[in-house]
Amino acid sequence: MAKRSAPEVNAGSMADIAFLLLIFFLVTTTIPKDSGITRKLPPIEENDEDVIIKEKNIFTVLLNGKDQLLVEDQLMEIKDLRKAAVKFLDNGGDGTCTYCKGAKDPKSSDNPDKAIISLKNDRQTSYAAYITVQNELVAAYNQLRNRRALELGPKKGFSDMDFLAMEKAYDDPKFIGNKEKLKEVIEQIKIEIPQKLSEVE
Amino acid sequence: MSKFKSKKDNSLPAVNTASLPDIVFMLLFFFMVVTVMREDNLLIENRLPQADQVEKLDKKYPISYIYVGKPAKGYEKFGTEARLQLNDKLAEISEIQAFINSERAALREELIPKLTVSLKVDKEANMGIVGDIKKELRKASAFRINYTTATGDATKNLD
Repeated sequence: MAKRSAPEVNAGSMADIAFLLLIFFLVTTTIPKDSGITRKLPPIEENDEDVIIKEKNIFTVLLNGKDQLLVEDQLMEIKDLRKAAVKFLDNGGDGTCTYCKGAKDPKSSDNPDKAIISLKNDRQTSYAAYITVQNELVAAYNQLRNRRALELGPKKGFSDMDFLAMEKAYDDPKFIGNKEKLKEVIEQIKIEIPQKLSEVE
Repeated sequence: MSKFKSKKDNSLPAVNTASLPDIVFMLLFFFMVVTVMREDNLLIENRLPQADQVEKLDKKYPISYIYVGKPAKGYEKFGTEARLQLNDKLAEISEIQAFINSERAALREELIPKLTVSLKVDKEANMGIVGDIKKELRKASAFRINYTTATGDATKNLD
């Protein structure tokens, strides 16, 4: 008998099988979206030394159980919070802060290093309101840091980069430029405008 | 003459689909590679609030997740108040310290101080439970936390 060659396997349905798998993976894929507001909790301190801080250097933000916002004992809308926080941080009352552009009101904060934002919330406060307030306060710090970065950057060879862009560039492995220098600028801005946000229990 | 005429076909030739499986396989491999299967099966409702001043959570460093929210549909027997979920089951506030310690035990020594706790809290939850969690984390000396949020306009949270 003559040798018969094996018939070729029909590969026409391969595309269908691949499509089936593709659709399965399409449906189960969740692109991870982990980003958020990073905070550092204070350690539990044993000693009860009272630190004396002047009243004018504290910016009190109170969020009550009905999600109402009380800033420096005044009722305020959330949309005005960012502006008020910037005004407080940027005040520069004692004149030592050369990069502040605030009103230099002696009744408000001395300089950004001394200015503290104190956030207090109730047990009944909703998490959504809390995050919104946190977001606005972080935004106030970022606004000032961005402004400072745009002033400081061109002198150090990083023009047209705000603070967020600088931090992003620093984390970017493909960034072409002097990373050491960039780190110096970032650190300087962080020292000049520190995030002093304290949460009261 | 007619010999040539008969072979002539006026209709367009069919598009060759032989490379279709290749294209589909390419897409398939892409999705297979980027797919992350859900790490935890959620027993609670978890709709994150929005914020726009967010930082990306670095995957370089270890992350532990704490979920908070009220029990999801089908788990109503656990009540309607916000609860917290560690790994695959609902937990009590007092279990957080043990949870952090067990997470740390699985890490290399140099990474232990880098452990970040991601708080995935439902926007309907109230701050009472979040405050309690923060207190427990401080006791466990896990100071790096991240309020994980969706990206969007923060002022829309309150509507």
